[in-house]
Amino acid sequence: MARAIPQRRRWLLTVVAWAVGLVIFFPILWTVLTSFKSEGEAIASPPHFLFFHWTLENYAEVQQRSNYLLHVTNSVVISLGSTVIALVIGVPAAWAAAFAPARRTKDLLMWMLSTKMMPPVGVLVPIYLLFRDWGLLDTVTGLTALMMLVNLPIVVWMLYTYFREIPADILEAARMDGAPLFSEIVHVLAPMALPGIASTMLLNIILAWNEAFWTLNLTAANAAPLSAFIASYSSPEGLFWAKRSAASTMAIAPILILGWFSQRQLVRGLTFGAVK
Amino acid sequence: MGAIRLEQVTKSFGEAVVIPRVDLEIADGEFVVFVGPSGCGKSTLLRLIAGLEDVSGGRVVIDGAEATRTPPAQRGLAMVFQSYALYPHMSVYKNIAFPLKMARNEPAAIDRKVRAAAQTLNLTQYLDYKPGQLSGGQRQRVAIGRAIVREPKAFLFDEPLSNLDAALRVNMRLEITELHQSLKTTMIYVTHDQVEAMTMADRIVVLRAGNVEQVGSPIELYRAPRNLFVAGFIGSPQMNLIQGAEAQKRGAETIGVRPEHIRASHHAGDWAGSVGIVEHLGSDTILHVSVDGVGMVKARVEGEFGLRHGQKAYLTPDPTKIHRFSANGKTIL
Repeated sequence: MARAIPQRRRWLLTVVAWAVGLVIFFPILWTVLTSFKSEGEAIASPPHFLFFHWTLENYAEVQQRSNYLLHVTNSVVISLGSTVIALVIGVPAAWAAAFAPARRTKDLLMWMLSTKMMPPVGVLVPIYLLFRDWGLLDTVTGLTALMMLVNLPIVVWMLYTYFREIPADILEAARMDGAPLFSEIVHVLAPMALPGIASTMLLNIILAWNEAFWTLNLTAANAAPLSAFIASYSSPEGLFWAKRSAASTMAIAPILILGWFSQRQLVRGLTFGAVK
Repeated sequence: MGAIRLEQVTKSFGEAVVIPRVDLEIADGEFVVFVGPSGCGKSTLLRLIAGLEDVSGGRVVIDGAEATRTPPAQRGLAMVFQSYALYPHMSVYKNIAFPLKMARNEPAAIDRKVRAAAQTLNLTQYLDYKPGQLSGGQRQRVAIGRAIVREPKAFLFDEPLSNLDAALRVNMRLEITELHQSLKTTMIYVTHDQVEAMTMADRIVVLRAGNVEQVGSPIELYRAPRNLFVAGFIGSPQMNLIQGAEAQKRGAETIGVRPEHIRASHHAGDWAGSVGIVEHLGSDTILHVSVDGVGMVKARVEGEFGLRHGQKAYLTPDPTKIHRFSANGKTIL
């Protein structure tokens, strides 16, 4: 039964929700606003909120100084590529954990997750040396592989929790119907777990897109994605707030748009199975 | 062809032994029902035949060919699940077509078989529906349709009617029996409901704690139960089991007499007692009578019987229909 919420309480809740939303959104808003200011106005104290001289010169200069298109392409290839490969590996792994668990499956899953508890810097040196020896430094291939491996535990875990919501009976029925394992996963499991797979995919793309630690340490010019591109605006010559904001805005715009259009899918996926 | 043979089949999950040892032969075209209380291993036994579980020991032979390690997809068996296990994202048509698609049938052949199955099962008008839009009975028919299009060697039913309401259950029971008579394919049917077992089976396998207690036709089990467990499990209302002086008088530890084999009278009889609960079924009346020195005895009387709670009644068991059991529960012949 629906619970009746008194009108006044509803107003109060609306105001609180908007306030929380604005607080969370404020850094992004401020970045976007700053990107339209001159460098001088960007560091003005007290700051100007809306009434300043709006300008596009930061965008023009960022375009001139760096190859935005290259960085976008790198970001897209790395985040999409690593996600697709992670799913190709993660779906069968999660299938095995959810539907054919062995005595040590739980331990294995915990071990996978435990790799995410270690600070990445702890393995920076070995990874760097491996990359150097294998000629992977500053390559999109190397970074895609690394992003895939870094996010794989999350992909397996998310898929595992979604798959566990699917009745094993249905997969057994597919087996009885003569479906080999591949068909069982492609024709039965995947369509049923689609919301879960989609949200795993989106989350993974966002994580890979925003990743900065590895991209900063393992790329220079050729393979640098957008996160490295932003960082290049805090240079030894000084901090250019306005230009950096313009770069940030350009970097987050694609993922923000993707997130906006897929938010319904994302929310559905994240709460998938919460109510049968 | 669908003869199935289990040879010394055992199954344990870790330490827990679910099936200590089963030998069973099922003839081609037979309708065999596995029946027993919950947790008796009947579903496990079915899943071992299906190949959804691996046997811990012994052999499964299907049509004379070793199938112990054959994956379920290649055993040529079809299964109908208690939960129907339909593919929720596919239409009824696609659900029924799925096994044919997996077997790489021609699209034209698939279409013909799906439509024929839908016709048989009265599903033609629902072919474009998704399972979520169907009632329980219709879903179960789709599950059966998905099983029959494959023309399997045998059908395995795992408590297929448990999720249906009582009236529908009776209907579906008849439909499945009719299906068996028209297809003449081997069917193995698991249920905990002895009425389903009695009404549908050619042969019943009574299971308890993973052991086969008795195998036989419904009437054999009814007339000559091999032990106390089968005697108590088969038949409704349950057989009266009586211990003490009455049993010893007949040289047994326990005697059993079915309620329908007891004559009730207002005036005279072997056992005198007072009437407790009276169940009026219309066609029959079931009297619960507390008999001195015997205990509570149920008697089934035809039609209406004019006795009420607290009144005196006399019961006489039919001496030729009394079952005798020894101290270890075995029937004394």
